[in-house]
Amino acid sequence: MKTFKFSALAASAMAIATSAPAADLEVVHWWTSGGEAAAVAEFAKALDATGKHKWIDGAIAGGGGTNAIPAVVSRMLGGDPVGAAQFNHGRQAEELVAEGLFLDLTDLAEKEGWRDFVFPTSLLDACTLDGRLYCVPVNIHSWQWIWLNNGAFAKAGVDVPSNWGEFVASADALRAAGVAPMATGSQAWQSSGLITNVLAVSLVGTEAWARVNVQKDAAFAGGPEYAAVFEAAEVARSLSADIEVTDWNLATAAVITGQAAAQIMGDWAQGEFAVANAVAGEDYTCLPGLGENKVLQLGGDAFYFPKNKDADVEAAQLELASLMMSKQVQVNFNLKKGSLPVRGDVDLSAANDCMRQGLAILAEGNVLPGGDMALTRDTVESINDLMVQFWNSDMSAAEVQQKYAALIASAD
Amino acid sequence: MSASKRPNFLFQNLASKIASIPMILTAVVIFVGCTLWTVAYSFTGSRLLPRWRWVGLDQYERLWETDRWMISINNLILYGILMMLFSLALGFLLAALLDQKIRGENVFRTIFLYPYALSFVVTGLTWQWLLNPDFGVQKLVRDLGWSRFEFAPLTNNDWAIYGVLLAGLWQGSGLVMVLMLAGLRGIDQDVWKAARVDGISTWKTYIFIVLPMMRPIFVTAVVLVATGIIKIFDLIVAQTDGGPGLSTEVPAKYVYDMMFSSQNLGQGFAASTTMLLVVLVIIIPWSFYEFGGRRDAK
Repeated sequence: MKTFKFSALAASAMAIATSAPAADLEVVHWWTSGGEAAAVAEFAKALDATGKHKWIDGAIAGGGGTNAIPAVVSRMLGGDPVGAAQFNHGRQAEELVAEGLFLDLTDLAEKEGWRDFVFPTSLLDACTLDGRLYCVPVNIHSWQWIWLNNGAFAKAGVDVPSNWGEFVASADALRAAGVAPMATGSQAWQSSGLITNVLAVSLVGTEAWARVNVQKDAAFAGGPEYAAVFEAAEVARSLSADIEVTDWNLATAAVITGQAAAQIMGDWAQGEFAVANAVAGEDYTCLPGLGENKVLQLGGDAFYFPKNKDADVEAAQLELASLMMSKQVQVNFNLKKGSLPVRGDVDLSAANDCMRQGLAILAEGNVLPGGDMALTRDTVESINDLMVQFWNSDMSAAEVQQKYAALIASAD
Repeated sequence: MSASKRPNFLFQNLASKIASIPMILTAVVIFVGCTLWTVAYSFTGSRLLPRWRWVGLDQYERLWETDRWMISINNLILYGILMMLFSLALGFLLAALLDQKIRGENVFRTIFLYPYALSFVVTGLTWQWLLNPDFGVQKLVRDLGWSRFEFAPLTNNDWAIYGVLLAGLWQGSGLVMVLMLAGLRGIDQDVWKAARVDGISTWKTYIFIVLPMMRPIFVTAVVLVATGIIKIFDLIVAQTDGGPGLSTEVPAKYVYDMMFSSQNLGQGFAASTTMLLVVLVIIIPWSFYEFGGRRDAK
């Protein structure tokens, strides 16, 4: 079946192309874990199947593009741009776009009518500057999930919780049964995401979150209503104290093996459960929005195409952009990646329980933009530093809240 | 000088001056020029790309208000002092032991110097595994029967920096040892004979007679170890990546993260300029004291 799909795809791609310029396209991304590599290979297969262009894989390891982005930027400034580069949605590439370093995709998008089927449309807005489109969003990842090991709760003799409050209440029973209530990696982005993205959105609500992160209301961030976030963070910190790990996937592994009962992590954690052959709903339970406020934050990945002098390369870039947005490639890619597709019109009958919950929330429109879209990298990193400091020390909730409010006040 | 004309300073040894032009240009343009450029741009609000937008001392104010920077500085001071003391002491001790005309000296010298040939990344990763409670030393000792033995500095906020120090010492003391050994071999045998005639014990001879005579070697060792301390970066990145939390952050990593991950060049420039200033504040008086005095004596 697969070969049939690809030959069909290749045929359609060839039909679109009028001339036949051929080019090698070097694509830089940071998808290096097993599931991620399998997902990105779908893009490569699609491009190679055109029979003209060749995908040169430029994977540079390092979560969040810590190593890949500097490489891409210095290659562009040095006059030797790569063919395509992965960034997260939002402001990560803002300045480079403003400098006019990326290929303008507006004409292609208008010709293919991206605005008609990309859902939610805000994904395209994040790629737009002064009315021109500069990137292709390829997936939607959201942070607001808690993953629960059903077996661990059975061992402790309590029901699998359906929201954060119930989970906190079950912590003593879990500890008595020798299960660590929570597992959280010690890296900055993990504690920061857990507190400012998940706890904030789930416990004090979308509007409060937006008031802090989008309108940058520092007084509100330091106020009594938002204090609930940091009090919950203090609880989460004490529940996570039993397990010392660094990487997120090791924390996920602790949950899969039943050493820990829960992890708050984005939907990419689901790939790990899938690799371990765990079944959603039976072996593990997922609660979007911690079961409190079923809202998902739109984060995800997008591809940008650095401007290139060679016309053949530009043709290949446009073709890859078109392929990434096409129905079949979207489905193939996102099924492997565990993320949600950016098109509202694809068939996802193969999706599992958790993914369906996510899609239902998307369809209802309960979404808010990712933190990266609202805040600059500088502010995000400062907040990360603060949160990881809080997480690994005995800093009080009041102190971290006050420092957080100061960072929001100085955000630009 | 056989020339009848008074030699012109500029044209003296003209050929060698021409030959050194490339190096002079490199030094002036790359080292001095880029340093000045960095200092100048540390007063701007540059983000992802350098932009000439003057903000005065804002970057420096922010720098000294940032907890992470203060933690980095504290870590560097702690690591620096301990590293300096221990690597000199260990290096001298090893050299003195090797100096006892033992059998197989070459073998020991090679073993002690070998770690220095490894890159910091290899050292960092090796020690990360050695100090990992599930695979490393702790596991080994527990398997030997001491089941309550605990040795996992890298998972503990207060001890992580000592775990890094351990790796740094393992890597660095070999070089100090070789320098010291060369120094010891340079000591005239007559000094030893005289000391023996006077009935001074061996360790006293080492501490009170040989050590002061090895002053130039110590200066070399101090400079080499100090530069290693200031620029420590790759060891941290490989071994702990600044963690757990912020407990092993260092200034060089702050600079790097600000420039490339926070996309805040101005802040990174301000931090690197501050590092340069600190080094100058220490180096200039010291080099006047150390090298200035000797010139007068000549």
